[in-house]
Amino acid sequence: MNKVSIMSRKTIKVDYLARVEGEGAFKIVVRDGVVRSAELNIFEPPRFFEALLRGRSCEEAPDINARICGICPVAYQMSTVHAIENAIGISVGQALRELRRLIYCGEWIESHALHVYMLHAPDFLGFDGVVDMARKHGEQVRRGLALKKAGNQLIALIGGREIHPINVRVGGFYRTPQRRELLQLRDTLKQALEHALNTVRWVASFEFPDRERDYTLVALRHPGEYPFNEGRIVSNKGLDIPVSHYEKHFAESHVERSTALHSRLRGGQSYLVGPLARYSLNFDRLSPLAQQAARDAGLGPTCSNPYRSIVVRAVEVVYACDEALRIIDSYVEPDPAAVPVQTRASRGYAATEAPRGLLYHSYQLDEDGTISKASIVPPTSQNQASIEEDLVSFVGCYLDLDDIALQHRCEQTVRNYDPCISCATHFLRLDIDRA
Amino acid sequence: MQRRQTCHVLIGLGNPDRGDDGVGPRVVESLQGQLPQCVHIEKLAGEMTVLFNWLERADAVILVDACRSGALAGSIRRFDVVAAPLPSDAFAISTHGVGINETLELLRVLGNLPPICIVYAIEATCFDAGAALSEPVAAAVPVVATAVQSEFECLQANMERFDA
Repeated sequence: MNKVSIMSRKTIKVDYLARVEGEGAFKIVVRDGVVRSAELNIFEPPRFFEALLRGRSCEEAPDINARICGICPVAYQMSTVHAIENAIGISVGQALRELRRLIYCGEWIESHALHVYMLHAPDFLGFDGVVDMARKHGEQVRRGLALKKAGNQLIALIGGREIHPINVRVGGFYRTPQRRELLQLRDTLKQALEHALNTVRWVASFEFPDRERDYTLVALRHPGEYPFNEGRIVSNKGLDIPVSHYEKHFAESHVERSTALHSRLRGGQSYLVGPLARYSLNFDRLSPLAQQAARDAGLGPTCSNPYRSIVVRAVEVVYACDEALRIIDSYVEPDPAAVPVQTRASRGYAATEAPRGLLYHSYQLDEDGTISKASIVPPTSQNQASIEEDLVSFVGCYLDLDDIALQHRCEQTVRNYDPCISCATHFLRLDIDRA
Repeated sequence: MQRRQTCHVLIGLGNPDRGDDGVGPRVVESLQGQLPQCVHIEKLAGEMTVLFNWLERADAVILVDACRSGALAGSIRRFDVVAAPLPSDAFAISTHGVGINETLELLRVLGNLPPICIVYAIEATCFDAGAALSEPVAAAVPVVATAVQSEFECLQANMERFDA
């Protein structure tokens, strides 16, 4: 329940429950009708895991890191294995590479479907949440559930289970699926592709606030494909670096007022990772079907309106279904399931494209493969500064709303980024100082 | 006409690596081999589509989960979800998904709620990573297990009377 005290300083507190891993706190200071400052704090579970990994074998890391997130465990596993393989100097063959792309397709499908249907669409249609929305849009909600189920099935088949997959290892997989097993999912994925195309048409019909900012967009870019696991880190402002140079260009700093680390470019600028960045920097790498779906939805080759991120996510679901079918149709079972692993004292780096954006990992290994240092920078922490700037920039248009309505607008704005907190219907502890 | 096989399901929800959040799976473990053969037993993390899939094809479901409502730690409450929704302030939702409340209400709105749907909620006190069940919650496990066993035996008896 929200409580509002009518004083010169208004405080809106949302009671949330103990198992909620994240704590969202947002404070706005308004003077003379202008937003003077905004502070946003989101809890980051990966920080705990950086400490947990020290002293563990690098071969345990994929299973440990899968538990960082229940919705994007594959992303954490992929960044983990690629960084460790970079450290010890091994590369998996093309067949294993394709299988890794395939499991990532599953995660994009289920994560984006969850966000679009269960978390974000209700905002645009004026519903309090997905249950409320399902009363009027039951068919659409069923479509979202079917999409999520398809993504989960793909992850379960390749990863061993939907949540915290157990089949991913340094060097490949413990077991690779047979071609006939993948073909059994083909019809489900073809249906999922139809659902995805209908999703794009549906969300494209929403009304979107006309809000754009001059973002620095950052994503992977690969010479031949829409990026999942490989590529250079690029931006729309001229950055083009190997992943190993990430820490030379991006810096984390501890913000005194919060427990979070904020990530910025070394010049101090905020930046944005995630679907908008990926799409705007890699439109030409989307499949023709996904490109056409984007055009039909009224998107150009770039997008800087964060409220339209829901449309971009839907386009990425089309791509993921299309790419999954391509990989299945050309699948050759990798043999062996994993390449040999020989550890050495080394440091490795990797960045992969989690559904929410660039996920950077770096590991320092001892001679025997023990992790002596780990660095995990999730997309949500990279976006925090940008989210704050969005709130400062956009909230000013809504100050005439009462605090409850204003809180809803703030939550909708934060949900554009699909951060690791947005699933709670009312997740923000909002403190507005309107003195 | 061949009678469709009845589907009774016991689901323990929660993360066994997060203190009292593991009470659901613990209750389920304690009932392995103790329930009528027609009962499917699952331990689930709570991911909504997996839960959805089990519930939409079940005839009777009993879910066991931790909750936080401010009651005394280890308190046990039984909810008949068909009769009324779960209290919204008692069941935590994960930061990254749709929780048990919303899953059950979605099923209801979409017309897929099982004809019998019971939730046993155990008041939790600690969700620390790596922690064991707290003492009061651990004490509640056999009590809930006995109640759940009794419910399924009753359902089994009713089913056999119907078939007779």
